[in-house]
Amino acid sequence: MKNIKKMNKTTKSNLLTYLMVIAIYAVVQILVATGNVSSLLQGLLVPLCAYIILAVSLNLTVGILGELSLGHAGFMCVGAFTSAFFSKCMVDVIPSSGIRFFLALLIGAATAGICGILIGIPVLRLKGDYLAIVTLAFGEIIKNIANILFIGKDSNGLHFSTKDSISLGLEEGGKVIINGPQGITGTPKDSTFTIGVLLILLTLFIVLNLIHSRSGRAIMAIRDNRIAAESVGINITKYKLMAFAISAALAGVAGVMYSHNLATLTATSKNFGYNMSIMILVFVVLGGIGNIRGSIIAAIVLTLLPELLRGLQDYRMLIYAIVMIVMMLFNWAPKAIEMREKLAAKLKAGRKKNTKEAA
Amino acid sequence: MRNVKKWLAVAMVAVMTVSMAAGCGSKSEGEKSSGSDSEVIKIGAIGPVTGAAAVYGQAVKNGAELAVEEINAAGGINGAQVEFKFEDDEHDAEKAVNAYNNLKDWGMQALLGTVTSAPCVAVGEVANQDNMFLLTPSGTAVECVQYDNAFRVCFSDPMQGLESAKYIGENGLASKVAVIYDSSDVYSTGIYEAFVKEAANQDFEVVAAEAFTSESKTDFSVQLQKAKDSGAELVFLPFYYSEASLVLKQAAGMNYNPIFFGCDGMDGILAVEGFDANLANNLMFLSPFTPTSTDEAIQKFVTAFKDKYGDTPNQFAADAYDGIYAMKAAMEKADVKPGMASSDVCDGLKSAMVEIEIDGVTAKGLTWEASGEPSKEPMVVKIENGDYAVVE
Amino acid sequence: MEGYLMVAFCFCTCYNIFQKGKECENYMSFISYLINGISLGSVYAIIALGYTMVYGIAKMLNFAHGDVIMIGAYVVLTVITGAGLPPAAAVLIGIVFCTVLGILIETIAYRPLLNASSSLAVLITAIGVSYLLQNLALLIFGANTKSFTSVVKVPSLVLAGGKLTISGETIVTILSCVVIMTGMQLFIKKTKAGQAMRAVSEDKGAAQLMGVNVNGTIALTFAIGSALAAIAGVLLCSAYPTLTPYTGSMPGIKAFVAAVFGGIGSIPGAMIGGILLGVIEIFGKAYISSQMADAIVFAVLIVVLIVKPTGLLGKNIQEKV
Repeated sequence: MKNIKKMNKTTKSNLLTYLMVIAIYAVVQILVATGNVSSLLQGLLVPLCAYIILAVSLNLTVGILGELSLGHAGFMCVGAFTSAFFSKCMVDVIPSSGIRFFLALLIGAATAGICGILIGIPVLRLKGDYLAIVTLAFGEIIKNIANILFIGKDSNGLHFSTKDSISLGLEEGGKVIINGPQGITGTPKDSTFTIGVLLILLTLFIVLNLIHSRSGRAIMAIRDNRIAAESVGINITKYKLMAFAISAALAGVAGVMYSHNLATLTATSKNFGYNMSIMILVFVVLGGIGNIRGSIIAAIVLTLLPELLRGLQDYRMLIYAIVMIVMMLFNWAPKAIEMREKLAAKLKAGRKKNTKEAA
Repeated sequence: MRNVKKWLAVAMVAVMTVSMAAGCGSKSEGEKSSGSDSEVIKIGAIGPVTGAAAVYGQAVKNGAELAVEEINAAGGINGAQVEFKFEDDEHDAEKAVNAYNNLKDWGMQALLGTVTSAPCVAVGEVANQDNMFLLTPSGTAVECVQYDNAFRVCFSDPMQGLESAKYIGENGLASKVAVIYDSSDVYSTGIYEAFVKEAANQDFEVVAAEAFTSESKTDFSVQLQKAKDSGAELVFLPFYYSEASLVLKQAAGMNYNPIFFGCDGMDGILAVEGFDANLANNLMFLSPFTPTSTDEAIQKFVTAFKDKYGDTPNQFAADAYDGIYAMKAAMEKADVKPGMASSDVCDGLKSAMVEIEIDGVTAKGLTWEASGEPSKEPMVVKIENGDYAVVE
Repeated sequence: MEGYLMVAFCFCTCYNIFQKGKECENYMSFISYLINGISLGSVYAIIALGYTMVYGIAKMLNFAHGDVIMIGAYVVLTVITGAGLPPAAAVLIGIVFCTVLGILIETIAYRPLLNASSSLAVLITAIGVSYLLQNLALLIFGANTKSFTSVVKVPSLVLAGGKLTISGETIVTILSCVVIMTGMQLFIKKTKAGQAMRAVSEDKGAAQLMGVNVNGTIALTFAIGSALAAIAGVLLCSAYPTLTPYTGSMPGIKAFVAAVFGGIGSIPGAMIGGILLGVIEIFGKAYISSQMADAIVFAVLIVVLIVKPTGLLGKNIQEKV
């Protein structure tokens, strides 16, 4: 009896998450259809989807697996570059943007997932802040490599270089596809809001199902007590790697979304370096570690916030920083939580009183 | 308590989304009705005013605002006042597109920007779809002006690399040349590649090409040591002055005194507060603009800028200043009126841009080609006795 | 003790290489790379010291540390150029200012979160503080690059008949690094406040029961860490004289890497980590690829951590069931 009740609770909570996404999608679509949405918000829809996927996928590593990763943007970078490279090469071969984007998604997710496994094997042997710093290091290495990568195409096939585009030795008419720091320009704009929402739902489906599966419980057991988990026969490396690789692959999907939304793809510390990794971590922590719905809300709030503050001109980023600190204090400080609890109790008491009085 | 938090979060998202949608909803209504009764021409601009590239965005912002003020004081464009709005992009392509969309909601009719190259390419793509006129003051990458609605005020990267190599070769400045460049920067790599390509045709040899990245741009001792060991008589520095000032200081520290040669990003080095100008003696660079020139227009600009902002304008400010005046000329030619749809403005300006000729602070008789490139001759400026001097 | 031995070992190796170098011309540039590496590394080391101390006691990564450095440098510069005070006085004012700033940040932003249910909360707040400091500096001092007037008045050392120059800044940086490290080590080991710090770092609860003022000790740690940040700021900007609101952030991250490299929480570890990081960065640039310098630094870090998972001098904490 109790079990069913409990099951119901988690299913209900999961359903609520899906419904929330679908409801937001429906509201936005109605607003768009009636012409009530500003260009700013319309332009933000696709990046928002990418950030939500990133936040949910990082929550899998940070919240469920319990390991701090500061290199999540690195996986996004891998997904973005490989898929953009693919789309740029195939733009003439595969004219249908739907099929092309689908293949790009698969490629982006697969390469990011493989990178996740390759990096996960050494990284997951470490613990705590040491693990965090190594993920940061990997993220920076990926970014650095993306910055010195030159790939060109001519009739002889592909040419690679890590020095400059001249040393590619392209013949007349050959074109440079990945041009070092300038990255990839002219990626087809294939990602749309609808695809984004579908991908969010897919991400949620994967993550939520994983959490509530046998593997998910094994992963959480490792998080809560590694030694105890090991002693009951859970294969630590396998489950850790599994969570890490899925998280990386989903970050790759977000990268594909990101790269197919903008005409230019460059690897700077702002979009694929530690700055972005930290930004995603902020979404996760602010939304509540391990709380998937919280991650979605936090990603939306923190992406919209700096845009809404545009009216403040020069003070924009300053206010943003202050709001961030205050939100953190409000959400996490034991004293603030205590205060909120009291307030909630008061409200509840008040409501009961009211209903009583009304009765 | 979880409930309070949850509801608070949900409420926040709701308020934000609604305020965003509604705020702009009312604006778009306003736009529709404002077609006839608004009195101003709206010019938007985008650039980084926060983040590591803030210095360039702020210079453009100041230069453009100064020009707008002057134009408004003189009666505006076609009898209408100009309203100018600058949006921050933090030197990030995605933020730049957001800024662009925000300006569109505001009712922008033409865009000055963006300031930096990578965001400019992203915005260029969107602007092309919207048929929005785009004039970048300082986006130097080739792709910035790949569409016919895009023009620029500054030189392109390949052109600077080519002209530098030609100048060094034709004047026989050196036979062995070393290059130090920022391999994580579009501008720097673009010039470097064009330079090396042209060097093959010239009478000098590139003996060392050393890179640095935005993550390690404090220490240049290795790059300088390598240049020194390779016997280079001239070191080509295609990057911005803030890093260049470090290179000069460190070169002096190790007693290495080759000729240093830079590009337009070098301009402004003497304006760095507290910089020992003696370190920059004999530094040469390509520049369209020198604040100490005796030219009357330039002097007027420099004094006005100093009065308003307290510092000497650099080339970014000058490009922006010229950009606004070029827009004014083109708008007068195309007879742009307040409230005109941005797409019509763009069509008018596209054809007007190739017909106008302005005497700006970065060039006299400045004209544009349909490709979007300006036609102006780079000058070589040399620093002598702590001051700029134009080399004929 | 281990730390001193390693430092001594490093210097011996350097000396040996230097001796050999005298015989061969090609060694000259090698030596100069080495010296530049040590100089850069010493700056990293002083910054890393602040990171490591705060981490050891408060168990938090203070991401705003790099920005306190930047604020310190701005204050010193403003005092020198604005008020015209001598450099020594300006540095003192900078130290006092940063100390106060450090205590303020700790009390307002970090202390309420030190007992939060996740240690990540305070990390994110630190990131918020970092943004706040950068944007404050941007508003107050502007985005323009400022050239820092070196406060070091030591003449440069010319060796090997003019083939090798060691700048005054390098000498002062290395010396102050050694002095500060020794001082800190003595402070931690010998004084009462240092003992309290060690106690808090070992076990907060037990320390409190033994009558140690935990909050006070943590505030003191932040004060010392921030004072060190001011010194690091002055040295960083004297050696590499440009100053923007973002000057501190990259050295901050690098120093964080250095602290982990040497074993976070360990003072000699920060020193060794910092210097090694500087040397690897310079050598990587010189002998492998100047484009890949960052990747090389991070790759070495990864290898070290995989071989020795708690850093070079980090304590290996046995997990208990």
